[in-house]
Amino acid sequence: MESVECIVVGGGLAGLSAAYGLAQAGVEVMVLERGDYSGAKNVTGGRLYVKPIRRFYPELWEEAPFERPIARELVTMMSGGRQTTIEIASERFTAEQPQSYSVVRAKLDQYLADKVTEAGAMVVPNMKVDELLRKEGRIIGIRAGDDEIGAQVVVVAEGVLRLLSSEAGLAPEPQAKHHALGYKEIIELPQGVIEDRWHLNPGEGAAQLFMGECTRGMMGGAFLYTNRDSISLGMVVGMEDIRSRRDGTESWQLLDEFKELPAVRPLVAGGTVAEYSAHAIPEGGISQVPKLFGDGYVVAGDTAGLSLNAMITVRGMDFAIASGYFAAEAVKAAKAAGDFSAAGLASYEQALRDSFVLKDLETARAIPGVMENPRLFTHYPDAVGRLLESIWTVDDEPQAGHVKKAWKAARRDFMSLATVKDAWSMRKI
Amino acid sequence: MPMKIDAKLGLDVFKLDKEPHIVIDTEVCAKVCKDEACVYVCPADLYERDDQGRMTVNWEGGLECGTCMICCAHRALSWQYPRGQFGVQYRMS
Repeated sequence: MESVECIVVGGGLAGLSAAYGLAQAGVEVMVLERGDYSGAKNVTGGRLYVKPIRRFYPELWEEAPFERPIARELVTMMSGGRQTTIEIASERFTAEQPQSYSVVRAKLDQYLADKVTEAGAMVVPNMKVDELLRKEGRIIGIRAGDDEIGAQVVVVAEGVLRLLSSEAGLAPEPQAKHHALGYKEIIELPQGVIEDRWHLNPGEGAAQLFMGECTRGMMGGAFLYTNRDSISLGMVVGMEDIRSRRDGTESWQLLDEFKELPAVRPLVAGGTVAEYSAHAIPEGGISQVPKLFGDGYVVAGDTAGLSLNAMITVRGMDFAIASGYFAAEAVKAAKAAGDFSAAGLASYEQALRDSFVLKDLETARAIPGVMENPRLFTHYPDAVGRLLESIWTVDDEPQAGHVKKAWKAARRDFMSLATVKDAWSMRKI
Repeated sequence: MPMKIDAKLGLDVFKLDKEPHIVIDTEVCAKVCKDEACVYVCPADLYERDDQGRMTVNWEGGLECGTCMICCAHRALSWQYPRGQFGVQYRMS
């Protein structure tokens, strides 16, 4: 059996990040990517928080093909024909080094794959791995079709579905209750139109999240990210919610419905749909992070469940890149010690625990449970909209004072045992 | 008018294999399944019953999201990624 020092399964962000660090250190590394190119099978909502990862490989981010630095953040609550939008724009979001960018994976991942190749690793496209080879409890390589390749260590960065790692017994199969479905359209719009529509300075971008009736009350919401000359417009829906629904709702219809809303139509007007994509998203939080290393392997990125939907901030790609970085560090240390056993690779998990990756997931431990509360997606967007609408309403009756109106609405919609319970459940988020 | 889902899929680049990457155990669908989760969860609208009531999948339009596999409580789907060189190839997602 042909053999290399390190095989990376999956040429996405986690795998490429690991390969880059390893290649730079002179480790013999081969990245196996099933797509025609890196990014061909990947989908993002689309935003990368780059601030947490700038310190890893700083040279990579200077010239990376990002779309737009996100200067404006919007959250829109929708119900009963009302939209309430909270908008925050801060110079700090984009000053000197922007905290986040909209991204297109086909561009970003290909750029990184090229950098990895320049650094000396081999990135092999069109190569689907069919099996992680095990011998006496140790991962010893991979099988692709009839070919087997041995490795001292395998970085498992195969993505969210864990087809290989679950088969090899390294991680459980993905479960509906811990995953969401994300799907989106890329809609082309001229740069100037994007900047006018979202009140942006030239080159800057906006991110807009929508919650409430756009998911018919299901866990999830809609999202919109402005790219250079397109927008990513899509939905995220909890898999358990959509699969257990019994009213005939089909997931793909939600996006069409959303686009037809009077509040959304002007945002997409004149645009040309150019691509339609979908992907599963790990949403189980830290309680669903599997064992991260063992004899001859480490697990990184979505395969390790490293993502965090905190409703306002949605992260995953920064965790993928960070986990790839730490995977490379651990493999380098293992090589130096000549020990690729679990003991030799254990520094990987410790590094993740000491970093923002597992710390932020730990902080957010309670969020997946809180998001199972349907009132978050039905009652509250509705209640906020009704309260504000009552204040802004002038009809043909004598008007109560603003405070009295607000008080009345608040008593009706917020002062109940259910709300107290909800507030209590949210105390840790 | 919203764009038809077929038209949306028509925008994507697919490289078709000869063999399907999703195979349905229609026995299970016929005898056990009452919820038809695949029909409702699939973002590409690929699942439907044929004239004889057998569940079918237009696997050629698969977006490889895996949602049907995760959501089928009856394990009626044998689901693999398409072989290398095949399947959807996203250009701008």
